[in-house]
Amino acid sequence: MSYRVVHYINQFFANIGGEEMAHVPPELREGHVGPGLAFNQAWKGEAEIVQTIVCGDSYFAEHEKDAKAQVLEWVKEAKPDLFIAGPAFNAGRYGYACANVCQVVQDELGIPVLTGMYEENPGADLKEKVLIVATTNSAAGMRKAAPTMAKLAMKLMKGEALGASCEEGYMPNGIRRNFFEKERGSKRAVDMLLSKLAEKPFTTEYPMPSFDRVAPNKAVKDLSKATIALCTSGGIVPKGNPDHIESSSASHYGEYCIKGVEKLTSETYETAHGGYDPVYANENPNRVLPVDVLRELEKEGKIGKLHDYYYATVGNGTAVASAKKFAAEYAQKLLQANVNAVIMTST
Amino acid sequence: MKLELGFIQIRDIQFSKECKVESGTLYVNADEVKDFIFQDDDVKACVKAAHFDIAKPGESVRITPVKDVIEPRVKVEGPGGEFPGVIAKVDTVGSGKTHVLRGMAIVTAGKIVGFQEGIIDMSGPGADYTPFSKLLNLVLVCEPVEGVHQHEYEHAVRIAGLRAATFVGELGRSLTPDETQEFETYGIKEGIEKLPDLPRVAYVHMLQSQGLLHDTYVYGVDAKKIISTLINPTETMDGAIISGNCVSACDKNTTYHHQNNPVVADLFAQHGKTLNYVCNIITNENVYLADKQRSSDWASKLAGMLDLDGVIISEEGFGNPDTDLIMNCKKTEQKGVKTVLVTDEYAGQDGKSQSLADADPLADAVVTGGNANEVIILPPMDKVIGTLDYVDKIAGGHAGSLRPDGSIEAEIQVITGATNEIGFNCLSAR
Repeated sequence: MSYRVVHYINQFFANIGGEEMAHVPPELREGHVGPGLAFNQAWKGEAEIVQTIVCGDSYFAEHEKDAKAQVLEWVKEAKPDLFIAGPAFNAGRYGYACANVCQVVQDELGIPVLTGMYEENPGADLKEKVLIVATTNSAAGMRKAAPTMAKLAMKLMKGEALGASCEEGYMPNGIRRNFFEKERGSKRAVDMLLSKLAEKPFTTEYPMPSFDRVAPNKAVKDLSKATIALCTSGGIVPKGNPDHIESSSASHYGEYCIKGVEKLTSETYETAHGGYDPVYANENPNRVLPVDVLRELEKEGKIGKLHDYYYATVGNGTAVASAKKFAAEYAQKLLQANVNAVIMTST
Repeated sequence: MKLELGFIQIRDIQFSKECKVESGTLYVNADEVKDFIFQDDDVKACVKAAHFDIAKPGESVRITPVKDVIEPRVKVEGPGGEFPGVIAKVDTVGSGKTHVLRGMAIVTAGKIVGFQEGIIDMSGPGADYTPFSKLLNLVLVCEPVEGVHQHEYEHAVRIAGLRAATFVGELGRSLTPDETQEFETYGIKEGIEKLPDLPRVAYVHMLQSQGLLHDTYVYGVDAKKIISTLINPTETMDGAIISGNCVSACDKNTTYHHQNNPVVADLFAQHGKTLNYVCNIITNENVYLADKQRSSDWASKLAGMLDLDGVIISEEGFGNPDTDLIMNCKKTEQKGVKTVLVTDEYAGQDGKSQSLADADPLADAVVTGGNANEVIILPPMDKVIGTLDYVDKIAGGHAGSLRPDGSIEAEIQVITGATNEIGFNCLSAR
């Protein structure tokens, strides 16, 4: 039995007409229509387009909610293994429709989706949400786009792991995947430098992200009444690392009670961190988590109280998304415990 | 400065009664090598026992925990000797003639500290990620004297490995190399006269210097204590820079990486054709902000003073040094010198996180050695050289990494050299 596919195309590719017919509402046809033939041929019987949904681009733009609802109804009925749309090349409203209809099918029905378009098509704004194959800017690129899309579609239907974007032909979707290049890194660097020096085009292998900046809170007005908590990404844990926090790429954080602990000692605490020389932190863990100093300040009345619990993880090689998740969780605990301020130590 | 390298291809290693290289086979009397290693006082004081093993490409062998990998060489003509300032006297190297035992390496292994060393698999999926699976490895497994201080022990094992490499390299002194290659860079004025139309390019080589167990030595000087400076590429090729690292194995440069730095090799390949390879600028990656500022100021200043057109900047390590990388890039670009960066990524096991701890729009040309957080399953091997005791604790492992059948589930971070940042490998990410 072959895999079953539903294909979405616009009025132009269904041969209904151009701009003058862009108002046509969604229509369901059996089998493949227009560009669907190229996919069917590439799949060689392993998969087949069972139905084609045709919709005018203006209709989709002006009645997006209705159009999506109609598509969802038909796709739900058809229960395909894959929903494929386009490719839209540089047709803006068509690209927008393809990407959005794919997103709703994927999110509402949990069916794998795939579309294709030119990278400057406005629909490509959704490239991190749905899988989009990069095509040329005109339909003349169909001969190249069809096999790329068909191959990727087959992987999705079989549930196989995807390779890196540049290997598979999809637009970078924010998920970094490893693969083996043909040339070693140093050669690629020299080639890239020669292009850059000659002001020829080159493609960076890692486009720089824009960073999340956090504005500092206002200063604590009266420290002598404040409860201060200690938190660290320096990996200070009770001796033996009871929660098995990883030495790099931590998957969790630990919550540890320091009520009545006057200072950390090498007998009772240590670091789990694998990214720095552990000797000095193990000798005197207060160097990373300054419980001793905070206790002194507590006695002197300079701070109200050191919070009874501290939170610790290992920052070494830990994904920013993981770190953000840990902090979001224990920040709530700190708020519930009426902690006024946190000293976060890093290493 | 001109250096000639004579490559002697090693095709097999065997234990034997005598030490020699004959018809491409290295014969090793392990006791003789050990005697030479233990002549060093620090080794004698800190290393309780040492033994040798051999690991060959394709064998079902796992070496762990790995500290360093070193290529045996011997200086046969010209000033200096192997590992100047550490093993040989401090004379400047990088000229004359050096014999290289190609196709093999000395690998030091055994416990250094509680965690933080790498894995080399000689076959299976892990072998694809480490260049050292393709070499004949003479493995030196060391055991610490009880109660030895970790820093002293790291030093002793480092010296033991270098001494073993020196001893083995010496066996190639009187042989005729299978192949020789010459490498030469010009003086500043000479280069401009000889190659007036070619862009002037240098290599900004960032050396790991975050602290003990994360260190690099240049002519025996701890790289933490250097100010960014100039070095001839042939000096780097001739053993001037050695590794003191044994932390997060995937993107630390072993001594072998320094001896065979591929950025140096690939710049030499274009030297005189498409570019004028002027020199290397070495700089460090200290943890203090003032040091980062000073070192990146100096590295970029030197690039400006040399009137360079472009540089390749390579990082070593990740996280904290990402800041040094971006500072070097930004300041160098602001001097009007174009940059290409070589790094690796920590994008999370799912690949969805930002890959570097720092970023700047001027860093518009980046080569990546791959995402070190990607998870791999390493199947069990018939033989383990070293011990599996630390697999759960090394950087990239987790509780349960070592599974009951001897297989390992871990991030590729655990594999020695997997995401190397001097572009040694083909691994990349998008």
